[in-house]
Amino acid sequence: MKIGILGFQGSIEEHECVFRRLSIATKRVKTPQDLEDIDGIVLPGGESTHMLRLLHFNALWDPLRKVIQKGLPTLATCAGVVLLSQTIDNTKQEALHLLDVVVSRNGYGPQFFSFVEEVCIEGFTEKFRAVFIRAPIVRSLNPNISILSEDREHNPIFVRQDNIFGLTFHPEIGNDDRIHSMFIQSIT
Amino acid sequence: MDKDRVITNRGLAQMLKGGVIMDVTTAQQATIAQEAGAVAVMALERVPADIRKAGGVARMCDPLKVKEIQKAVTIPVMAKCRIGHIVEARVLESLHVDYIDESEVLTPADEENHIDKTAFTIPFVCGCRNIGEALRRISEGASMIRTKGEAGTGNVVEAVRHMRKVQAQIRQIVSMADDELYTAAKEWQVPASLLREVKEMKKLPVVNFAAGGVATPSDAALMMLLGADGVFVGSGIFKSQNPSVMAKAIVEAVAHWNEPNIIANVSVGLGDAMKGLDIHLIDDKDRLSDRGI
Repeated sequence: MKIGILGFQGSIEEHECVFRRLSIATKRVKTPQDLEDIDGIVLPGGESTHMLRLLHFNALWDPLRKVIQKGLPTLATCAGVVLLSQTIDNTKQEALHLLDVVVSRNGYGPQFFSFVEEVCIEGFTEKFRAVFIRAPIVRSLNPNISILSEDREHNPIFVRQDNIFGLTFHPEIGNDDRIHSMFIQSIT
Repeated sequence: MDKDRVITNRGLAQMLKGGVIMDVTTAQQATIAQEAGAVAVMALERVPADIRKAGGVARMCDPLKVKEIQKAVTIPVMAKCRIGHIVEARVLESLHVDYIDESEVLTPADEENHIDKTAFTIPFVCGCRNIGEALRRISEGASMIRTKGEAGTGNVVEAVRHMRKVQAQIRQIVSMADDELYTAAKEWQVPASLLREVKEMKKLPVVNFAAGGVATPSDAALMMLLGADGVFVGSGIFKSQNPSVMAKAIVEAVAHWNEPNIIANVSVGLGDAMKGLDIHLIDDKDRLSDRGI
């Protein structure tokens, strides 16, 4: 099995590091050809405006959209959720319209309000220390999407729509591999 | 700073890796930077090249300007305070900028002490020329490091010197025996615990960007090749002939730093880069990188 990680910018190494601990091979995806031999893809944390520009620059926007639409297992963290969303309600930027959610960028505010919270995740017996960095907030979602976790104000922070796992926090920061394991198990 | 804060503050710098942080002096420039794909902007009264030209005391930027820039973009907004100027830093924190740069580019307010950055909620980035400066700033609470280079010169030579130095010293630490770390700690005036961390991780415990003199896409890619996690571009963008095109080209070159054919493509028809200064013609007293060591 090989997992692709969108390889332009952001927490690429951090995701690679988690997959290495799980003995899963990874490759960085920068061109349409890079999509050919992967069994899943990660859209890492970072700046979504940068990623969407580089997706266009490398003619990757449409091919990426197509493979995810066709069912390629996808793990999107933070900026990844913004990229995949249906609508961004507080900026004019483009989105892939693959995850049927409305998000606000930097929903909790600037860095001053970034935080770490112990959250309950469906299917996990123990809590998960979730790291939120200028995180987006999911304002509304299609009722067919399952919510696996919520923050204190009951905003969804971990959702699943078919092949897409969307997280507004950063499971790649820290030493807890359970979410990446869950993603891998969903593929096998 | 509690443990969670260390994680979110260092974490924000991790999210900027592979990107370009651009100096801007107006909301309009900030918008151009964001559209070009900048991962953050640095709000400034004047870009370093103009600070150099103007002389006098360079201070924190007008809070109104910071607010205008914050309103104009969704990417993180950073701002500079003078080295050791605790109150400028508190003012920037009250404005909720995303990162403070305690910067040698502004005129130092304290020539002995840096700010105790552990006393703040929001993160700091600081400059360094070598591993000693880097680890001292980290022990004071910096969540991100940048090599200093020589700001406002459009000359990459000092940026290269400082990045090579830091990387070489990291390799040196990795090859040291555990008991030799104490002597190195004494020599470099840094905590031995931080040296142990570097030895174990084989890198700095925080993200390290390059800065100071990057003027072209190739300059930026060179800094990535030498081990930078990302690049600050100050005067290089808005002192060039065509800022929007230059900004995009530098963003693309950083994302594709090891693909010369792409750098060649984006370097076509950029117009004039900023003029640039010969380092050897700068008086010692005008060297910004000697400040805050």
